[in-house]
Amino acid sequence: MDPTVVDLSRLQFALTALYHFLFVPLTLGMSFMLVIMESVYVMTGREIWRTTVRFWGKVFGINFVLGVATGLTMEFQFGTNWSYFSHYVGDIFGAPLAIEGLMAFFLEATFVGLMFFGWDRLSRLGHLIVTFMVALGTNLSALWILIANGWMQNPTGASFNPDTMRMEVTDFGAVLFNPIAQAKFVHTVSAGYVCASVLVLGVSAFWLLRGRFTEVAKRSMTVAAAFGLASSLSVVVLGDESGYALTDNQKMKLAAIEAAWHTAPAPAGLTLVGIPDVHARETRYKVEIPYVLGLIATRSLDRQVTGMSELVLKAQERITSGVIAYDAVQKLKANPNDLAARQVFELHKRDLGYALLLKRHVDDPRKASPQLIADTAWDVVPDVPFMFWSFRTMAAIGFAMIALFATAFALCSLRIHTRTRWFLRLAVWAIPLPWIAIELGWALAEIGRQPWAIDGVLPTFLASSSLTPVALITTIVGFTLLYGTLAVIEVRLILKTIAHGPVEDDLAPLADPIPATSITA
Amino acid sequence: MFDYEILRLIWWALLGVLLIGFALTDGFDLGTAALLPFVAKTDAERRMVINSVGPTWEGNQVWFILGGGAIFAAWPFVYAVSFSGFYLAMFLVLASLILRPVGFKYRSKRPGPKWRSRWDWALFVGGFVPALVFGVAVGNVLQGAPFRLDSDLRAFYEGAFLGLFTPFTLLAGLLSVAMLVLHGSAWVALKVEHGPVHARARRFGAVAGIASILLFALGGVMAAKLGFRIEGVADPFGPSNPLRTTSVASPGAWFANYGLHPWMLIAPVLGFGGALLALLGIQTRSEWAAFGGSSLSATGIIATVGLSMFPYILPSSIDPHSSLTAWNASSSEKTLGIMLFVTCVFLPIVLAYTAWVFRVMRGRVTTRLVTTHPDFY
Repeated sequence: MDPTVVDLSRLQFALTALYHFLFVPLTLGMSFMLVIMESVYVMTGREIWRTTVRFWGKVFGINFVLGVATGLTMEFQFGTNWSYFSHYVGDIFGAPLAIEGLMAFFLEATFVGLMFFGWDRLSRLGHLIVTFMVALGTNLSALWILIANGWMQNPTGASFNPDTMRMEVTDFGAVLFNPIAQAKFVHTVSAGYVCASVLVLGVSAFWLLRGRFTEVAKRSMTVAAAFGLASSLSVVVLGDESGYALTDNQKMKLAAIEAAWHTAPAPAGLTLVGIPDVHARETRYKVEIPYVLGLIATRSLDRQVTGMSELVLKAQERITSGVIAYDAVQKLKANPNDLAARQVFELHKRDLGYALLLKRHVDDPRKASPQLIADTAWDVVPDVPFMFWSFRTMAAIGFAMIALFATAFALCSLRIHTRTRWFLRLAVWAIPLPWIAIELGWALAEIGRQPWAIDGVLPTFLASSSLTPVALITTIVGFTLLYGTLAVIEVRLILKTIAHGPVEDDLAPLADPIPATSITA
Repeated sequence: MFDYEILRLIWWALLGVLLIGFALTDGFDLGTAALLPFVAKTDAERRMVINSVGPTWEGNQVWFILGGGAIFAAWPFVYAVSFSGFYLAMFLVLASLILRPVGFKYRSKRPGPKWRSRWDWALFVGGFVPALVFGVAVGNVLQGAPFRLDSDLRAFYEGAFLGLFTPFTLLAGLLSVAMLVLHGSAWVALKVEHGPVHARARRFGAVAGIASILLFALGGVMAAKLGFRIEGVADPFGPSNPLRTTSVASPGAWFANYGLHPWMLIAPVLGFGGALLALLGIQTRSEWAAFGGSSLSATGIIATVGLSMFPYILPSSIDPHSSLTAWNASSSEKTLGIMLFVTCVFLPIVLAYTAWVFRVMRGRVTTRLVTTHPDFY
């Protein structure tokens, strides 16, 4: 594979996914906040809550369409840019994506139209149910996408079939109930709830500071404070950590985050800060809190947290075993009825993916020298300084969110939230923080998986399509221009909507017949 | 429950169901958007047309997304080879489709005529370009695509973007546009108040209906020179590995199925008959007949392509061992079984609530409604 093609494909995926992921978390959280606000409306029947729901619904709508529009790209990008990936794992990976469409996205998209257009055509309760269906669909979407992504982190329930040269499902239940997928799901949707809460909190605070729309603002703020506190606690407490230490890849990710170059005697200490040095393979000037990492990662005081060097040694063994599997696959390719080769393959197939790592350095992994195998084993270490610092930033924002919402909750409970100006200012400034944490979290999960597209199964550099750099650059430029333009428009529209406030539009239709500019001219 | 051969056959048919579902639901949205600048002249008229699909286009679009997901899950080879092969064409489709949601939502957010006119353009592109490119893509599939698989089953595409456009594929693209514009104008005639827009929709519908019939017939004549057939015996139970099948180009082979199974002729008959019914409906102002006719016509045209090519899904024009067929390009038996179960459970539910949403939003859209109601686009 041409390395430029792989790098450009990764760049494109990162750009489109990071951009998509600006909108999705807000959709996840906002949809449930709408359900909460509308439930209050249905229960109390007070008009002020209807106004509140309809206003936030407008913000939701502006954001929702971009989530959908950018999601289209994601769905097809596996085929366009990662076609070998699609062939190699489509048998397993395609299923959650298809089920997502059928079970979740249809629900969300079909009812979202009714949510906006159905106010006069449905009873109050009927409309609330429709809003709930949108929220349910949105969150189920996240579940299926994260089942797919979780499988890339921990590919259970599948094995390589030499007759079709791809991975095939052996146990679909294992794919569904993959513990890493479950952990990712709760962590990700909670983060989305925090994201929406911070936006509602910040905008309400902005209005209160200006003394505008106070009736809607103080109610919105109360909902955001309560929902945000619960969600921020859940993000941090449920965290990602329940999934750690299950697979070699997650162990490596944990070691990289901690910059733990070697296995330390149990219980391991948590490195608070330090400077990871990739060349010397050590972390300088580190400040450690004893016991904490061992507690988090193993939930015990006597089990070790494996360090990178030890994991690399293990990778080296797996590459050696993988080369044997690779050799058997070549024999089976020539003769599918070679029983001896099939037996050898069965014994070593778990490690086939590790042999493929050698393809970056040598065309035929069987020709790799022991020295090359030892060097290649270090390829399984992801970018340590990036992992180290982005995790710390993300976690710090996570704790800051708990503090923010605990304060908001206290102020709302004491009913002084409309007067505490220092806090209102803080809440406005906090708006971008969850987005930073969320994007870093996504990057951590994906960069932490490198060099694998699918952990232990398919290296990223083999997964891409056979494209030309020119074609890739064309689409990267195209997407950047399109996405950039839409981002500017979206932000302006949201700001305009916020400035306009929860006032029903006094529809001033353009004088009709409008001199509609003829499009054909 | 079913053996591998039957499962592959069912999923081949479901692939058709999804494509037809997409053409019937999102198809009229695309057609309506492509018609927007022509059937509606004033802002209120444009808003009326936009809102005729406003509440339901989002759900309709899921047929496209589900189509992608289902091809990925059931026909991973087809997904991998076609999307990477038609790379720039796919980009064109995606970029235009991205313009659609934002166009619908953002157009009404500001009153300026310039702002709105730009979004009208965006919506037109979002309707016309995908309709054209999908047709061109189907034309290329019928011709065979220049790809080959190596021994690791990695796909290499050896064509260029401009190579996608030949007289035949352009004709297929125009047919696709005509088919969807017919469907879109039947929808607009059904959904908007009687008046100038309604009259224009009928006029464009009549033109598109005649164009559909002529282009479909001409396409049939040109397709007579195309075709592939499998040399030797294909194993419908075998592992999904195209390298074990040999294909040869065989002009005329796309018509061979109709000789073997005359019942298949029902598809082209529907293609023509549906379009005629639509024309008749337009003439007699029976709008449901027009919409039913355009639906049947799209169903027939798409089914004709599928049945003519069976068992091929994506033939290779350059390598006899790379063509993808229903027997060599599917997922494993297990995945097909699981996905069939999921489809049988959820598709009826989806159809039920979609029907309910359409029922709640029934009735004609009027210019008065869109200019006085805050919830309309």
